[in-house]
Amino acid sequence: MSLLSISKLTHFFGGLRAVGDFNLELQAGELIAIIGPNGAGKTTVFNLVTGVYRASEGRIIFRGQDLIGKQTHETVSNGIARTFQNIRLFKELTVLDNVRIARFARTGYSPIEALFHLGRFSSEEERTRRESLEYLQIFDLADVAETTSKNLPYGQQRRLEIARALATKPTLLLLDEPAAGMNPAEVERLMELILWVRKEFQVTIMLIEHQMRVVMGITERIKVLNFGETIAEGTPKEIQNNPRVIEAYLGEEVEA
Amino acid sequence: MKTFLRRWWLPLVLLAVFPLTIVLPQTGIINPYIDLVLKYIGINIILTISLNLVNGYMGEFSVGHAGFMAIGAYVASIMTVWVFPRNLGPYIFPLALIAGGIAAGIAGLGIAFPSFRTRGDYLAIVTLAFNMIVKSVLENIEPIGGPRGFMGMDKLSSLTWVFVWVVITIFLARNFVFSKFGRGVFSIREDEIASGLVGVNTRQVKVLTFIFSAFLAGIAGGLFAHQLQFINPRSFTILKSTDMLVMVYLGGIGSLGGSILGATIFTLVMEGLRTVLQLIGISQEWRLVVAPLLLILLMIFRPKGIMGLREFRFLIPHKERPEDLAEYRKKVLATPED
Repeated sequence: MSLLSISKLTHFFGGLRAVGDFNLELQAGELIAIIGPNGAGKTTVFNLVTGVYRASEGRIIFRGQDLIGKQTHETVSNGIARTFQNIRLFKELTVLDNVRIARFARTGYSPIEALFHLGRFSSEEERTRRESLEYLQIFDLADVAETTSKNLPYGQQRRLEIARALATKPTLLLLDEPAAGMNPAEVERLMELILWVRKEFQVTIMLIEHQMRVVMGITERIKVLNFGETIAEGTPKEIQNNPRVIEAYLGEEVEA
Repeated sequence: MKTFLRRWWLPLVLLAVFPLTIVLPQTGIINPYIDLVLKYIGINIILTISLNLVNGYMGEFSVGHAGFMAIGAYVASIMTVWVFPRNLGPYIFPLALIAGGIAAGIAGLGIAFPSFRTRGDYLAIVTLAFNMIVKSVLENIEPIGGPRGFMGMDKLSSLTWVFVWVVITIFLARNFVFSKFGRGVFSIREDEIASGLVGVNTRQVKVLTFIFSAFLAGIAGGLFAHQLQFINPRSFTILKSTDMLVMVYLGGIGSLGGSILGATIFTLVMEGLRTVLQLIGISQEWRLVVAPLLLILLMIFRPKGIMGLREFRFLIPHKERPEDLAEYRKKVLATPED
């Protein structure tokens, strides 16, 4: 059975069909990319899968569970985590708190235990603090744990966002334009990081990306969207030579 | 000894102040006027922390907290006047306050639901409407005096009780803020969508925060009623809510220390103004202009307040202080798990 099975997913914004008839079978362990020109509906697919929007039509089955109508935090506890196109850290909070917040559902005490420091409060807080620091260490961010996250340089903010997503212990990781705004050297490091994360955390990865170096370099399968419709699907090689893809990106050839 | 003092000086100081709150007013070292002002400062601290949880920490905008205060005031008063035996008054007073707090908390639960769907301006309008509804409902219930108000309470809000409740409030609010729920509250202010997408149950956090905040406002209302010994619906209008807003934004959003400062400074300024206006012979009505004017000036020149998003060291739990966290980090990461 596939890890994620999306069928006939359709979403309207008013009269605009942002995503139309989107189908996807994602196997555990895969690394795939969704590409397409701006406004093609890529991020909308992510938003539908994670419960930010409720799909107009279609089914999203993740590990045997229907995700339509689930709240965002429920999709997270089902095992889906994501990062954002424009980094969305909790800017005024420390690096450590950013990761600790991602441990919300995994920190087990009740409001009463929190208010009166009873029962599991101390041990669970201790565990969350320790495990969050361990995530930071893995991503080489432990030294800045007490820094306000908005003061981090761009590359570290990207890494923190990935660390925060992984701290929810996902099985499926959605990366929305992880290489946006990076120079070639940073992109190189990011590609290594993504491959390493996949191996180390045993996650399936679906990413949206415009930088073809990333898409062609590390993904196994690519889906191309244009105006909400899937126009092509295949291996990086197949996609590179697909006339419809070239047309979507570069425009139609005009007869002289 | 030094580490013992570092850890326990605050409880020790509070323990030392406690008997003073009994002795000083009785012996007349604190005269009745100062006693009154201190009590108002205490009540205002509770109110400010209450509103700060919603407006400062969570980043919502409630302008109707006087509604919660009213519910607490009326319910607690009904308890001491009609329900509890009068001779037990002073001992059973905390229960009356808690009853008022719980009633206000239930109303807070009601306000939490619209907050799932609306934010910002729209939620502000919802809370404003709530404030008006509470006032109108109270005006129309004849048995509790309607617009004439409710009286007959004994003066149960002694300086000691106010002091005790301020300490309880600060303790509980601190524990709440520095817990996973508090971090959830912060994350909602920073970015509600991202908050849900990293696993925070935002609805649960909002419900808890509104209930807790309303509960505290209810407690403050009960203390207020048993100081004044007379309440009427007009004590709990949008003007009262405005006072609370000024105290929150003066002291600083997202800060317990700021709440304490804001409430103290505001209360003292308003009392000082009373004397000044009397001396120069201008109508006391002008005091009503000061709070809203202060709010406008604050919003323009210092929207985060004196302590915005910062905290006094002594209000941060030991393990959460930056240097303690750093020390802990070095300890944990130096010794890998076995």
